[in-house]
Amino acid sequence: MIVILKPGMLASVQDLGRHGHRERGICPGGALDTLALTLANRLVGNADGAAGLELTMGNCEIRFEQATRIALAGDDFDARLDGRPLRAHWSVPVAAGQTLRLGGANVGTSKKALRSWLAVAGGIDVAPVLGSRSTDLKAGFGGHEGRALKKGDRLAIGTPRLDAAQMARRAFGLHAPDWALDGEPLGAADPIVLRVMCGPEFEQFTAASQKTLWKALWRITPQSNRMGSRLAGDTPLARRRSVDMLSSGVIPGTIQVPPSGQPIILMGDAQTTGGYPRIGVVIRADLWKLAQAPLLGQLRLVEVDATGAQMAWSAQQRYLRQVAQGLASAGWPAAL
Amino acid sequence: MSAPRLHALGDAALLCELPAPATLAQQQLIWALATEARSWPAVREVLPGMNNLTLMFDPALAEQAEIEMQVLTVWPQLSAAPIEGREIVIPVAYGGEHGPDLADVATHTGLTPAEVVRRHSGGSYTVYLLGFLPGFAFMGGLPPELATPRRAEPRLAVPARSVGIGGEQTGVYPLVSPGGWQLIGRTAVELFDPSAAEPTLLRPGDRVRFVAESIDL
Repeated sequence: MIVILKPGMLASVQDLGRHGHRERGICPGGALDTLALTLANRLVGNADGAAGLELTMGNCEIRFEQATRIALAGDDFDARLDGRPLRAHWSVPVAAGQTLRLGGANVGTSKKALRSWLAVAGGIDVAPVLGSRSTDLKAGFGGHEGRALKKGDRLAIGTPRLDAAQMARRAFGLHAPDWALDGEPLGAADPIVLRVMCGPEFEQFTAASQKTLWKALWRITPQSNRMGSRLAGDTPLARRRSVDMLSSGVIPGTIQVPPSGQPIILMGDAQTTGGYPRIGVVIRADLWKLAQAPLLGQLRLVEVDATGAQMAWSAQQRYLRQVAQGLASAGWPAAL
Repeated sequence: MSAPRLHALGDAALLCELPAPATLAQQQLIWALATEARSWPAVREVLPGMNNLTLMFDPALAEQAEIEMQVLTVWPQLSAAPIEGREIVIPVAYGGEHGPDLADVATHTGLTPAEVVRRHSGGSYTVYLLGFLPGFAFMGGLPPELATPRRAEPRLAVPARSVGIGGEQTGVYPLVSPGGWQLIGRTAVELFDPSAAEPTLLRPGDRVRFVAESIDL
C-alpha cells in the first residue's frame, strides 16, 4: 500500500491512456507525458502501460508502507526520500515506512517546472475501466474512484516483475530524455520549442497571423490544465473570414483558435470533437515537452512537415530502444 | 459525391472532410468510410465528426500518402446506405424543475410551452456522431421552429441527463457538465455507463424519439 499524505495541486492515477473509444466521446486522457511514465515504469521493471501517479507542481508527500522500488520522471521538485535527495530518472529502492516528499514549484522564480510521474514496482493496482487504469477526471470514472487523489487515500500496489535481489539493488539512473534528445535540460530551455505541422484550417488565417504563429513568443497562462494549455500572445490570431466550423475530431497537440484569437493546445483530457479552427498540430514527439512546460513559461512554435515529424519520432524511439537495451544488460526484465 | 478533402491532423492522423452543409446523405458516406477504414491494418481509430472523419493511423505501418490512396480508392465504391441504426426511445420529464428553461424557449420561439414539448417529442432525430462528452450524441432533426440560442451565461453544472436545445441542435447531457444549452427536460435513461458492456447508449445512425413521460408547465 502507498498512502497519500499530501497530494499537491493535482495528483491522479494515470497509465498510458484509454485508447480506442474516441468514437464514443471518451477522451484518451492518461499521463500527459507518456515518455516520462514509460521511462519510470521501465526503471522499476513494470510494463510500459502500468499505472503510476501524475503529480502536479510538486508539494506532495507519499508514504510507502512496504519495501518497494520507485522511479520519478519529469521534474524532481527537490524530491527527498526520508530527507535524502532522490533524482529523477533513477531507479531507487525504498524501505518500508519511508516517505517521499516533493518540494513546491515557485511560479515566477527560477524554479520552473510543472509535472512529475511516479512509478512504483508492480504498478498502482486499481481496476481497469474500459481497458485503462487512467482517471477520467471530467467524467468521474477510472483510476482511484474516478477523482483526483486526496490526503488519506491508500492505493494498492501490484506484484512487481523484479525479483527480490533486483528490488533491493542499489539505486541507478538513466540518461534523462531532455539531455538525450535535446542536449540540454528542459528547464533551461526558454522558450521551449515545439515542432508543429500546419493544421487543416491553417490556410483560413490571414498571412499576418500565419507569420505570427511561427514568430511569436507564446506564454502559457495559469488557466492551463490537463484539457489544454491556454496560450497568450501579443497579437491575437485572425482568420480572413469568420466561418462557423462543423464539429470535427481533435487530438492531443491540436492547436485551436477560439474567437479571442489566443490559441489553446489541446491535451489528453480535451474533448474528442471541437468547433474551433485548427491552425496547427504539435507533433507527437514534442507532446512530452508541452506536458512539462511550466505555467508562465514561453513557447515558440516551429513549422515542420510530416518527414520532420517522423524523424523526431524515430529519434525518440531510438532513445527508448537504448533504454531497453541498457536495462536488459543490467538484468532487468524485457520491456513490455 | 466527389472525394473528401484530405489533410493531415498532425503526424499520425488524417482528416477526410466533405463540403458544408452537413446532410444525412453525406454523413452516411462518412459512416461507410469509417466502416471500411476500421478494417485497414494501419488504422488505429476512426473518429467521425459532422460531415467529416478523422483516421488515426500508425505511421510505422503506413505513411500518410498510403492512407490517402486507400481513401481515394475506396471512396467511389461507397454508398450512402443507411447503417443498421436502432430506434431508441428516451422518456423525458419535461418542464418544471427538470426543464428550467422551457419558458425561455417558449418565449423565444413564440410557441406555448406545451407546444414546444409537443413539437420536440414529435420529432425524429438521427444520431450523427458522439463527441464533446462520453455518450453525447450530436443529432440532426430538431424542428427548425424550436431553434433557440444558447444561454448568455452557461451553467457551471448542468444536471446529468438533462435534455436541451442549443442553437439548431438538441441533445442530452450524459453527465454533469458546464453547459450553455436551454434545458427543457430530463431523462432517467443513462447515456453513459463506463461499467456496462456497451458503455454508451447511442450510436451513429440510431433514430431517437423523445417521449413525454411527464409535463410540468
